Amino acid sequence: MTAPSPVELERPGLDEDSSADRPWIAIVWNDPINLMSYVTYVFQTVFGYGKDKAEKLMLDVHHKGRAVVANGTREEMERDVEILHSYGLWATVKRDD
Amino acid sequence: MGEGFFRDRKGQVAIELAPEESVVLQGLIKQLLALLDELPGGDPGLAELGISENTAPPEDAVLARLFPDGYQEDDPAATEFRRYTESSLRDGKREAAQTMLKALTDEGGKIVLDEQEGRAWLRAINDLRLALGTRLEITEESYERFEELDWSDPKFGMFAAYDWLTMLQDSLVRAMW
Repeated sequence: MTAPSPVELERPGLDEDSSADRPWIAIVWNDPINLMSYVTYVFQTVFGYGKDKAEKLMLDVHHKGRAVVANGTREEMERDVEILHSYGLWATVKRDD
Repeated sequence: MGEGFFRDRKGQVAIELAPEESVVLQGLIKQLLALLDELPGGDPGLAELGISENTAPPEDAVLARLFPDGYQEDDPAATEFRRYTESSLRDGKREAAQTMLKALTDEGGKIVLDEQEGRAWLRAINDLRLALGTRLEITEESYERFEELDWSDPKFGMFAAYDWLTMLQDSLVRAMW
């Protein structure tokens, strides 16, 4: 059995942006395949949201075509989007403006 | 055809699969694993660090859906995001598919899933639905279109599989809630 050793990766191009004091957001986009029940479950599991909040976000995605599901630093939002991709949701990172 | 996932008397998430259902699922998962292998890998040394040399979105529509861009209207950022996430994303998808495959036998029968296995199955079944749904060019209105399909249509089988996976997925979410 192996455990991954922590590797500090230089991520070029990130520093100049993350130094700016502006929050970043994670957006989930509507798609015709992901189930409403599943999307709600993923929001609860990934973000720890209660069922009501998760359901409201899911309905926003469904009716408005997209919803902001989280905000924070750029690194945090990239991590969230990566997790959402692992669940098969269509998500992107964006600077909040 | 069974009713999908349920909570058994012990409160465990479970499913009863007929032999042919279990065989169909194995076939679908093996196709998904083969497709994941088609994604360009790049340098194995870098891949070990979770870095992929591949920075362009996959040309295949299904792979593009399974590995979407992390940024819109920002190609350099999307490229960097892909470089640092794609190979671990692929590993995770492979692992989930393998977890599902390991539990399936040609004989079928009852399968019990713990929380971690349940999440792996959810992701793998969803990846199968994304793959089939993308090939079928599913839209919000597709159901009516497909209900008119004739048995002899080559897409009939794919749509039947998609429809069945949708039922499995929804029942698994509800059983795990």
